[in-house]
This record gives sequence, structure tokens and C-alpha cells, in this order.
Amino acid sequence: MSETTAKVRKSLARRYRQEKRFQAYGILSIGVGLLALLILFTDIIGKGHSAFFEHYIQLEISLDRDVLGVDDASDDEQLNYANFGGVIKEALRERFPGVDDRQQQRQLYALVSSGASYNLRDELKADPSLLGGTRNLWLLADDDVDLYLKTPEKKRPEARLGDQQKQWIEDLEAAGDTEKRFNASFFSHGDSREPELAGIGSAIVGSFFTMIVTLCLSFPIGVAAAIYLEEFAPRNKFTDFIEVNINNLAAVPSIIFGLLGLAIFINLFGLPRSVPLLGGLVLTLMTLPTIIITSRAAIKTVPPSVREGALALGASKMQVVLHHVLPLALPGMLTGSIIGMAQALGETAPLLLIGMVAFIVDIPGGPTDPATVLPVQIYLWADSPEQSFVAMTSAAIMVLLAFLITMNTLAVVLRKRLERRW
Amino acid sequence: MQTGNLLLLLVAMVAAAYYIGWQKSLAQARPLGGIRHLESLPFYYAMRAALWCAIPALVVLGAWLIFDDAIIQNTVMLSLPEDVRPATEGGRGLLLSQIQNVASGALAADSVRPEIAGAAELLRGLRGTNTMALTVVFIVVAMLGGAWGWLKIAPQLRARQQVEKILRVLFMLCALVAIMTTVGIVMSVLFESIRFFGQVSPVDFLFGTQWSPQTALRADQVASEGAFGAIPLFMGTLLISAIALLVAVPVGLMSAIYLAEYAHAKVRAVAKPLLEILAGVPTVVYGFFAALTVAPFIRDVGESIGLDVASESALAAGLVMGVMIIPFVSSISDDVITAVPQVMRDGSLGLGATKSETIRKVVFPAALPGIMGGILLAASRAIGETMIVVMAAGLAANLTVNPLEAVTTVTVQIVTLLTGDQEFDSAKTLAAFALGLMLFITTLVLNVVALHIVKKYREQYE
Repeated sequence: MSETTAKVRKSLARRYRQEKRFQAYGILSIGVGLLALLILFTDIIGKGHSAFFEHYIQLEISLDRDVLGVDDASDDEQLNYANFGGVIKEALRERFPGVDDRQQQRQLYALVSSGASYNLRDELKADPSLLGGTRNLWLLADDDVDLYLKTPEKKRPEARLGDQQKQWIEDLEAAGDTEKRFNASFFSHGDSREPELAGIGSAIVGSFFTMIVTLCLSFPIGVAAAIYLEEFAPRNKFTDFIEVNINNLAAVPSIIFGLLGLAIFINLFGLPRSVPLLGGLVLTLMTLPTIIITSRAAIKTVPPSVREGALALGASKMQVVLHHVLPLALPGMLTGSIIGMAQALGETAPLLLIGMVAFIVDIPGGPTDPATVLPVQIYLWADSPEQSFVAMTSAAIMVLLAFLITMNTLAVVLRKRLERRW
Repeated sequence: MQTGNLLLLLVAMVAAAYYIGWQKSLAQARPLGGIRHLESLPFYYAMRAALWCAIPALVVLGAWLIFDDAIIQNTVMLSLPEDVRPATEGGRGLLLSQIQNVASGALAADSVRPEIAGAAELLRGLRGTNTMALTVVFIVVAMLGGAWGWLKIAPQLRARQQVEKILRVLFMLCALVAIMTTVGIVMSVLFESIRFFGQVSPVDFLFGTQWSPQTALRADQVASEGAFGAIPLFMGTLLISAIALLVAVPVGLMSAIYLAEYAHAKVRAVAKPLLEILAGVPTVVYGFFAALTVAPFIRDVGESIGLDVASESALAAGLVMGVMIIPFVSSISDDVITAVPQVMRDGSLGLGATKSETIRKVVFPAALPGIMGGILLAASRAIGETMIVVMAAGLAANLTVNPLEAVTTVTVQIVTLLTGDQEFDSAKTLAAFALGLMLFITTLVLNVVALHIVKKYREQYE
């Protein structure tokens, strides 16, 4: 046995250990990445799932004509000015008699959401014969009550409610006068200062209009630009310059596009702030590079034989592109556009700068109405002091992620279905 | 008529032009013995008429909308007597908005001076005339264009060539949007920055260590001098980005190596897309996660071992940002590592090296330039990242390298300065654009260098 062989033999154990260690580092790194993903999702879902439900309180309400100030329940004008709050307060006093102290009364009234009067109005509108009668009705609970009912038994003593309030809630719960229902208003309402009344409805509609504007602009422009660069552009310095530009724009921080929108679209062109049209324009400029780059890649996969065959049959260059290359490259272009749109849907920073952080209660009716978008709504809620907004924010994040996952899955499925191997 | 309605009307007119163009080309072909005696297919004659109808009308509409506001405002201003006309730019804007409010009825006409009420009346009149004139001109131009396109239809007309030429120009204009965007970005940050540097010296901005952008509203106010030294912001940005890279580079690189060299194809097919989900999660979600979960956790851990941790520590924002950019590092590294030719590995393994030795001593050095490019791209992403730091990093500009303290970043300051009430001339608002310029230049340099390295590397092995 030579000296070298002996040396190598001796080192083998150490080298194999090193090999094992190296592999373990690799597995560990992947583990860290996946663990982060897992923690992120469980954290969001753990915090957010409860916001999809809300609690109602059952009260025996007498719809007294005098207290309400209504003598004809079919008259909308009267209903709009009716004193539903007074009726609810009376019902609460009846349910828990002996509360005379002004301070305590105020605490008692706080059990029911301020939105409950609208519940009541709608009930009465739907059935005017209720007027004057007494009925057991379910009313929306205040967010603090809702939060208290959602907390597990053990942690309840820590809740930020008065002892008296806790006692009332426990009484209601024991009597079976509280109920957990699906929170439909979360999807239909606009923003509100009251967590139990706030919803992502207006944000979803705002996002929808913004995405429509983005799609209508970025897809045609992106595809046209890709066609020009791949098929028609002469190979010269100027074309190179365009390419460098596109590659750089793809990596420019998104907030810079917000500055562009503010300085050019708002201050120079005088477009209104906070509207989906403006948001769509800014996001178009942001997603264009992605769409152009993926569309070019899709055009590149079309084999030259297709072009040559068409040319040989007498088609013009433009006919070759529009009749043969474009249809074959379209699936790849669509996939790229969906991915670009998913990016735009999750984008927040540039929209903050162009004023889409407004507090929007009404559901926007078109791309020129003031609106906010889902990610910005999440940002706004994340800043809110009320504790219930934490759950609401997480729930909104779950909705946003659901949209994004759907879009990305769609892109993957499209690619698998339509992609052709040459 | 409103712009939207005008566009709808144009669609109808274009369809009509297409139809009559089609009919005429067929009518022309019939006596000759069929469409094969035409120079182009009927589609191209019809398309030519439609384009003639649409393009001039759209050009007129665009030009009109760009200039009409300025012209109307000027006319209204000139109608005012000399002594009412304000001298300054700001006063002009104020007066204009007052006139507009009177014209729209938001302000009662008898609550303002009679000259202004008169100007409002004029403004309303001009606006009405403007809309009417635009509608008429738009329709006339579209009709004339369509008619011209229709009249010219003749069997010898080279319609296809003309239509294709127009399409080609349109495609080129679309490609030029990329250049326009870059020009727009540069202009928007540059001009405002120049105005900013007119008020604050560039030396103070670049090398000052004090950042407190609150400028006074009145001259005699206390603390009327805002300080615009951006060093604390640059340091904060670097600190958070460095933490992020410290997380992302080892984790991303090792995952890429494992996935490219060791992992079974099935493991790779699952783990790679899963890791890439991290890049698809919106940044606002990471921001929420950092602010509400990671930051309190770090603070609690710090407290339990007796450390004083700020609730908006740089560490929390940096860690979460690091998680976000793991996929950027790993996917580029993965590409580069798989591009290293197999012969190099075979040679090393043939000489008796273990797999990890081959990777560390042969594959990694060969892939290093590409990996560096990937890391630079990740760094540029970290520096420009906004939402995580807006939600999880602080607002106070501390000059520190302690990751447990709160720092602020360039992007946070841009957002804070530009959301909420703003006056466009103040140094405070303009400072945001100067910061934007710095951010743009930094990321641009990083991107250009990174893309260059990656490109060069690819050529090396192709």
C-alpha cells in the first residue's frame, strides 16, 4: 500500500462526514424555506378564520309606534328617520332590568352594534305588519362582544370588557340568546370604522375595475410590443436600447412607478386621484415588462418551419405573424399575462402614492369612481387599533391569497393544456 | 358628449366604415370577375377604411383633451381685470379652484367677488362650448376619414401593404412604451429632485446625518428648519437589506444546490414550486406578518433574555424580507448551477472527489458569476421593497447599526412624505422625489451590473 493510498484512506471517513454534513445543510435550507411558508400560512389562517363568522344577539323588541316615531311602515321616508336605536335600547333595558346608572346604561347599549338599527329597518321594510307588535329578533352584536364570544373559556378573564358587560354576555349565552352566523356582510360591505360592519366588498370591486383597466391596456400593448421586437425590429442599437429598457423596468422597485403616476399622471395630465383608472394605468406600466418578456419567450418557441411554410405559400410577413405565429404563441402569452396580473393584484406600494388609500365606504360603480383595492384595504386595516381588525385583516389576506392561488393555478393548467411541444 | 360616449360612437362609426368598405370592394370586383382581380383581399380594403375612420379621430381627441384645460384656464384668467389676477403660481391655482367651485355650484356665486363670479360664468360657458365643439369636430373628422378611405377604394389600390404598414407602426409604438416609461420615470424624479436641490444643498442631503423633514408652515414657527440629511435613511435601508441577504443568500443558495444536485426528481418537482410560492405572496401580507407576528415574537424573546428590543426592530423587517427573497436567490442560482456543463462534474468525480467536493470546488466556482448576479438582483429587490418596511420598520431616523433598534428606510420615508396632506412646492414633498431618484439610480446600477454578469455568464457556457 503506497503512502498516498494510506493518506486517502485515512481521510475518507472525514470526507464522507463532510459529504453528509453538506447534504444536511441543503435539506435544512429547504426545510427553513418551507417552514417559513408553513408558519406564514398557519398564522394567517389561525388569525383570520374567525372573521368569517359573527355573533348575533336575540332580543325581544317591541316596535312601538311612539318610540319609533313611525305610523306608516310602508313609508320609506319615515323609516329612514325612525328611532330604531331607541327601540333597541329599550329592549336591552327590559332584558337586563335594574340598570339605572348612566355609565352602566351606556355599557349595556354597547353590546349591540350600531349597525343593528339598519337590520331592524330592513326587517320592518320587508314586513310592515311588524309595526306595533313585539317580536324576538336577532341583532348584530358589537365587535367587542363578538370577540369575547369567540375567545375560548380559559382566556375570557383577560378580555378587555367591563365585568358587568362580561356578566351580561354570559347570561345571554347561557340563555341561548347568542348565535354564530356566517359573516356575509364581510364580502358585501365597504369599509367602516366599526369592525363588525366593515367588509371587503368595495375593495374587491375596486380591485376588479383596476384589474380590468390593467388587462385591457397591458395585454394588447405587451403582445404588440413583443411581436414587434421578435418579428419586425431591425437588429440595431435602438432595438438593443429598447430591450435593455424592458429588462431594467422589470426590476425597478414598484414604488418608483407610484412616483411616476403622481408626477406625470396626476400633476401633469391632471387625472383624478384614487380612481381605478389611474391605478390601472400605473399597474399597466409596471406589468408591461413581465408580459413583454413572457410573450417574446412564447413567440420564440414557435418553430421557424411554421413561418417558412406560410411564407412559401405566399403569405406576407404580417400575415405569417398574425395568422400563424400569434395563434400558436397565444397560450404562452396568456400564461405570462395571468402571472403578470397576479403580481398587479397583490401590489400595494405604488397605489399608496396615487391616493388609493382613501377610506371608501361606497362600492365604486365604475373605473372613475374613488376606490381602494384589496391589498391597500389590508394595509389600512393592519393599522387599525381595534382588536377585531386583526382577524378581519387576516381574513382579507386569505381572500386575496385565494384569488392569487386561483390565478396562478389557472396559468399552470393553461400552460399544461395548451402548450405544444415541437 | 362625454369621452366614453364619444369612443362608443367611434366604435359604431368604425364598424360602419368597415362594412361600406367591404361592400364597395366587392362591388368593384364584380364587373372584373371576382375578388381575385383586386390588388388586395376585400378585408384589407374594409380595414383600410376603418383605420382611416379611427386613427385621425383618435389623434384629434387625444390632442384636444391634452390642451383644452390649459387653454380654457388661460382664457378665463385673461378675462379677469389686471388687479384681480394673482402674481404667483400658487395664487393662480387657488383662484382657479375658487372659480371652478363657483362654476360647479359648490360655492355660492354671491359669496365671491363679482369679477370671480363673472369668470365662473365664462368658465361654464367655455366648457359647454368646448364639449360641443369637440363632439362636432370628432364626428366630422371620423366621417371625413371614413369617407376618404371609402372613396379611394379601387381595384389597383395596394390596400394590404398600407394596412400592414400602419399595423407595423402601431406595433412599434407599443414597443416604444417601454422607453416612454423609463423617460417618464427619469423626468418625474429628476425635475422634482432638481427643484428640491434648489432648496436644500445636495451635500447636506447626501452627507447630512439629521433627518427631520417637518418644515414649518409659517416662517416664525419654532423648529422651522427641516433637516434633510439622508445618511440615517441610507444606513437603515442597508441594515435591513443586509439582514435580509444574510437570511436569503445561504438558505436560497443551499436549497438551490440541493435541488439541482442531490434531490430526487419527485422531491424537486414538489419543493421547487412550494418555495416559489414565497415569491408570489403579496408584500403587504409579509408586512402584516412581520408587524403582528414576528416583531412581537422577537421582542418577547429579547425580553426573556434581558435584551431591550424595539417593537419595530430592524431585525423583524429584515428577517421577513429575507424569507421573501429566498426564491429570487434560489431560482437564479438553480438556473446557473444546472447550466454548468456535466463534463466538469464528471471530470472531478472521475478524479475521486466526493459529490460535495465537486460542488464546492468545481461547480460553485464555475457558477459564481451567475450566482453573484442573482444576489445583486435580490439586493436590488430588498432595497426597493416597500410594504414590509412601511408596516414593520419604524419612522424615526436613527443612525444605528444595532438590528434590535428601530430604523427607517428610503422607501418608508417616500411613502410617509407622499401620503396624507401635501403641498407640492414644499421641500418636504420634493424630498420624496429626491429619495426616489437615489433609489432609482441605486437599483438601476445594481440591475445593469447584475444583468450584465448573468448574460456574460450564459454566453460563456453556451
